[in-house]
Amino acid sequence: MLAAEAGAAASAGWFLENAWLFPAVPFVSFLLILFFGRKMPKQGAEIGITALAIVFAGALIAGAQWISHVNAAESAHGTEETHSTDETHGTEEEGHSTEPGTTEDGTHSEEGTSTEESHDEGALAVSGGGRSVVLGPSLALPMAEEGGEAHASVPPVISEWKSDWWTVGGIDFQVGTFVDGQAVMMLFVVGLISLLVHIYSTDYVHGDIRYTHFFAFLSLFTASMLLLVLANNLVMFITAWELVGVCSFALIGHWWEEQNNSNAALKAFLTNRVGDMGLLIGMITLFFTAGQGRTFNIYEINVAAASGTVSDTALTVAALCLLAAVMSKSGQFFLHTWLPDAMAGPTPVSALIHAATMVVAGVYMIARMYPVFFEGMSIAGGSINAVALIGAITTMVGGSLAFVQRDIKKVLAYSTVSQLGYMVMALGVGAWTAAMFHLMTHAFFKACLFLGSGSVSHACNHSFDMKTDMGGLRKYMPKTHATFLVGTLALAGFPLMSGFWSKDEILAGTGGFGLSEGANGRYSLMLVMGLITGGMTAAYMTRCYWLTFMGEWRGANSPNAHHGAHAAAHDDHDAHAPAGHDAHDAHDAHGGLPHESGPRITTPLLILAVLAFVAMFANIPGQFGFVPEGWRLRFEHYIEPKGEYFPAISHAEFSPVIAILSLIAAAVASGLAVAYYRKVEAQDPMGTELVDGPTSKAGLPKVAYNVLANKFYLDWLYTDVIVGFVKGPLARAANWFNQNVLDGIVNGTATVSKRIAGFTYTVLDQQVVDGVVRGSGIGASETGGLLRRMQNGRVQGYAALMFAAAAVLAGVFVLAI
Amino acid sequence: MWLNQFLILGALLFCIGVYGVLARRNGVMVLMSIELILNAVNINLVAFGAFHATPAGQVFALFVIAVAAAEVGVGLALVLLIYRNRSSIDLESVDLLKG
Amino acid sequence: MKDFLNDWGLTTMVFLPLVGAVVMMLIPKAEEELHKFIALLTTLVVGVVGVFLTANFDWDRSKDLQFVVDKGWIDVIHSRYTVGVDGIAMPLILLTLLVVPLIIIYSWNHFPEPHNPKAFLILMLVLDTGMIGSFVAQDLILFFVFFEVVLLPMYFMIGVWGGEQRQYASIKFFLYTLFGSAFMIVAFLALFFVTGAETFNMVDLARLVRENDVARNTQILIFGGMFMGFGIKVPMFPFHTWLPDAHTQAPTQGSVILAAVLLKLGTYGFVRIALPMLPEGAMWWAPIIGGLACIGIIYGALGCLAQTDMKRLIAFSSVAHMGYVMLGIATLTDFGINAAIFGMVAHGLITGMLFFIAGSVKERFHTLEIARLGGLLKQAPYMGWMLGFTSMASLGLPGLAGFWGEFPAILSAYNPAEGLNVGLFRFYMFIAALGTVLAAAYLLWLFQRTAFGTPKEEFAHEHVHDAHLTEWIAWLPMLVLIVVLGFLPVLIFGMTSDAVQVVAQALGR
Repeated sequence: MLAAEAGAAASAGWFLENAWLFPAVPFVSFLLILFFGRKMPKQGAEIGITALAIVFAGALIAGAQWISHVNAAESAHGTEETHSTDETHGTEEEGHSTEPGTTEDGTHSEEGTSTEESHDEGALAVSGGGRSVVLGPSLALPMAEEGGEAHASVPPVISEWKSDWWTVGGIDFQVGTFVDGQAVMMLFVVGLISLLVHIYSTDYVHGDIRYTHFFAFLSLFTASMLLLVLANNLVMFITAWELVGVCSFALIGHWWEEQNNSNAALKAFLTNRVGDMGLLIGMITLFFTAGQGRTFNIYEINVAAASGTVSDTALTVAALCLLAAVMSKSGQFFLHTWLPDAMAGPTPVSALIHAATMVVAGVYMIARMYPVFFEGMSIAGGSINAVALIGAITTMVGGSLAFVQRDIKKVLAYSTVSQLGYMVMALGVGAWTAAMFHLMTHAFFKACLFLGSGSVSHACNHSFDMKTDMGGLRKYMPKTHATFLVGTLALAGFPLMSGFWSKDEILAGTGGFGLSEGANGRYSLMLVMGLITGGMTAAYMTRCYWLTFMGEWRGANSPNAHHGAHAAAHDDHDAHAPAGHDAHDAHDAHGGLPHESGPRITTPLLILAVLAFVAMFANIPGQFGFVPEGWRLRFEHYIEPKGEYFPAISHAEFSPVIAILSLIAAAVASGLAVAYYRKVEAQDPMGTELVDGPTSKAGLPKVAYNVLANKFYLDWLYTDVIVGFVKGPLARAANWFNQNVLDGIVNGTATVSKRIAGFTYTVLDQQVVDGVVRGSGIGASETGGLLRRMQNGRVQGYAALMFAAAAVLAGVFVLAI
Repeated sequence: MWLNQFLILGALLFCIGVYGVLARRNGVMVLMSIELILNAVNINLVAFGAFHATPAGQVFALFVIAVAAAEVGVGLALVLLIYRNRSSIDLESVDLLKG
Repeated sequence: MKDFLNDWGLTTMVFLPLVGAVVMMLIPKAEEELHKFIALLTTLVVGVVGVFLTANFDWDRSKDLQFVVDKGWIDVIHSRYTVGVDGIAMPLILLTLLVVPLIIIYSWNHFPEPHNPKAFLILMLVLDTGMIGSFVAQDLILFFVFFEVVLLPMYFMIGVWGGEQRQYASIKFFLYTLFGSAFMIVAFLALFFVTGAETFNMVDLARLVRENDVARNTQILIFGGMFMGFGIKVPMFPFHTWLPDAHTQAPTQGSVILAAVLLKLGTYGFVRIALPMLPEGAMWWAPIIGGLACIGIIYGALGCLAQTDMKRLIAFSSVAHMGYVMLGIATLTDFGINAAIFGMVAHGLITGMLFFIAGSVKERFHTLEIARLGGLLKQAPYMGWMLGFTSMASLGLPGLAGFWGEFPAILSAYNPAEGLNVGLFRFYMFIAALGTVLAAAYLLWLFQRTAFGTPKEEFAHEHVHDAHLTEWIAWLPMLVLIVVLGFLPVLIFGMTSDAVQVVAQALGR
């Protein structure tokens, strides 16, 4: 069924048209590892790494091809030399015309063509082969005006299998890929980080009992994630969406012997399932409104949503439903609680799935379905909306919770929640590019931080507890320290680091108080919350960094210190020590001081740290005249979709005021944190908090601390109240109802039937009916007994009777006649 | 009015016969009483035959006489047998058919 | 060959198992291997006939009945021997043809107490005849006969080879189902007399109902009769209480066949008989059925959460899953009915598989009490993973078969057939979507408690044999199909889509 004819669309690159290979390669790798992994010399890791290397190389080439695709589209636009290449393969809707002309199909092709043509003369091209390649419109739209320069519209590369995936009532659904700038960007990010995590894991989980299994699921996860990125219809999208969820489930529960881990895995899956409900309903709503009851195609739905032909109510409902899915998948308040618990999984998994890729799937979905959100939430010209609000609240919730964690991974997890909140907020205020840019930079520096924390824990008794097992590590682990510092600076928003620029773009994009030009609205509240969170981020990252790398090493006195390789398995402490499970032959002699990790761990760290710095050049603000124009806003230029499947958003300009404000917030906050820890150090070189600090006393700080330490009581609400109620009283009540009421009715019917039957038998049958029968016998016998007395045997008696009778009869005879 | 006298005679005879049948304990007497009853009937038959001027009455009477002779023959035989068995012809003691 | 298939194909398929059963009756009881061999051979030959029929099935005309045979049968009551197959029945027949041999293979060394393979397999073959017959029958009386033929072997299977309370369960099963059948036959007769038909032919009856304009109230009443008959078999809330008992007490093989095929007779009856024949009755009943289906979804899930016995939990999950199937049917749309048929097949494979695993767990640990189990992944990793995989499929994970039964059903509830209350059905949609969350909850919770963690003390030192060869042979085809159907749903939708359109058109859509 694979297409032989791929050459139909000569304009786009081969890798863009055959993007299905990206998920296919890791999927094949998954199968290979599953079936043959154990027999391989490296137990399957080499298969996964090879596959990911191929994917990453492909992603690079795809990136290059996409850039040339954009350039080609622009030069075509620039010379006004219309899209003739596109129209050569513009055989309209051949794929659908094979269907015997049902009305749906008629309207389908008509609709397709009319919208295409009314906007511009771009063609929807379908190749005649087994696979069709559809190129979107290729002409400029009067949108995205910036500096008077009209952007060319860049057609996304859409490929579809011609054979049906499923078919119902004359409507056929195909699978396909939908490649545009953001997809290519995600290919790059996922491919790169997955590759690095694979390499890192060969050392990190070395010797684990489920080593092969671990790599198999990493491969499956990568395949699913790439499928999610490339899906061209919502059914494929939800498939991939749930598959990444399953991989996440399996990997969080990697060490499932311990109940904590399997609980975390279950929590992650179920919380996501709640959000998936929203995705399911949202996509169904879109199918019947924007998709007109015939298509799940993301491109077509986007076009319909952006064109304003779909009712606002429908889009709002759909957007809200999809937002629920985002809230669960991307850890937005108030469905974020699973994400910190998900740190129960191995650290590479946390880096790959729960920081860099899977958790941004929700953000990616908003970006992918942006017209739906943009129109449905009325983002343009607004000052508040659900998406922005949820994002803004999440940033603050995540940021505040990160303060009270002792577990380094949990700090990072809450920080991830907070940063995801930034991205969602950015999308909510219309700063699409900023969100995607932040997604990318965050992927780099947060993966760097997570992998760094793994490296640290490797050295520190396999514990993640900053207070008992860390401190002073800068002396022992220079490489880890340096990379972690870079990541921290990027995350905290230190200038000259990528995180600063991407975050600044988001803050500028809010357009709060009119501080930045060209924003989509005046989201002042979001700006304030974003700035506060910026400060908090700087402070908690300083705390995290300080506790881990500054001061003296506390690990020697830790309760985790002299554990044998398996001791941690019995440890109630919530450190997610891999040591309990991977028999670290090489690391058995741990008693001494911490030491730097091996090259397979530090190299990925270095690469990510470099990227965390370099990524800032990807989107240099447009006003920076000292940079050549061809270097400015490259991210926006190549990644942001241009075409009728994308709403007309405007782009906020760099605002020096906001940049300075955020800088001040970060500097003050981290300064305060440093001052605090200097004081702690002065009090006790081995201390981690002030003995008589504000939170240890009564009053507001203590209350605040308790609220934070209990995670706003959300876990309590979910686990104990909601889940407890459903699992306990409600389920028991249902069961009781079943056993006693419904089954009671059935059994009661049976009992009553039996009673009635008993009554019928003993009374009706035995006494009445049979009574009649027996009664007649008895009656006959009794009468016989009476009559026999007359039978005395005397002939004369008989004769007398006879004469008497004759006399009577004669009398009667005479009288009657 | 001459018919009545015959009928009255027949009725008397009949009554005497019935009395004999019901009241006598001697079997032979009972048989003879039956003969009386039959003769009462014969008188009636002959009387009615004469009255209607048909020979049918006399013919019936002749039949009855013949049958009565046979009946007496059988009856006496029965009585004789009873007597032989029981040395008595008291009908009171003959109640073998008692139920 | 083609002629033979056209004239005798279906008949062979239906009655060959009966022939096998007769042959087995003539063989002494002691020849166990021979019995197993004959039973397996028979079902395999039936399967081959099925494959030939599938190969000769004209997929372009999948909406029409094919391989039709129409012969006189009982003239006195106007019943005829009419059989045929179309796209709706095909997937279910194939499911039956697949599942029965797998069950026999699974049974090979696993005959439950009191053993006696001869009787067990004979019953299985009789069941086979009844099930295939029900799916091919095109005459109401013939359908009814096959429908009832199924009851008896199942009754004995539960009553003889069942668990501790087998007497209670088997009688409950038998009487409950028979109770529904009584209503059903009355409905059939009513339909026959109301339309004044010449025969009980389903197609003719449907046509006559249309032509004679049978009054709406009459249709509603007759539909009600069928609803009782089919609804109990499905089983729909609140007529489901026979199911957990029957499943829990039945031997593994009985549970599998009950879940995989028997329940489908009910839903199949709705799609094949009730809907196309009584469109207006269906309109009236649809919101009720939808409502009961939704209650079933939530209620079944809650029931699952409260169970302490693994098999009983799986049985309750059937109530929830069949709720999706019924919801799809209740929407009276293309999407819904297609989803329903897909759901039947998927549920058959997935829940059948779950029962298989539960049976094997019981065999190894002699208990199914969830609290006593744990760490299955440690002691029998393959079985553990299969349980996990099947649970995932059962909770409707996209990419596996279960999803395609649930998703289009939920989808169709957004936009039910014209004339139905859209708001109500959107509410149903929401409830059904909520059900997917609960499904995940009870299945994963089950998985966590049985497979994760470490084995409980009482079994910790016991050697537990992972899946046996016969188990592998019996399970692999099901597992593979779950994946294949999940990836290529067109395999089923392609069969059913056209035929369902006929049904949907009969409903005025």
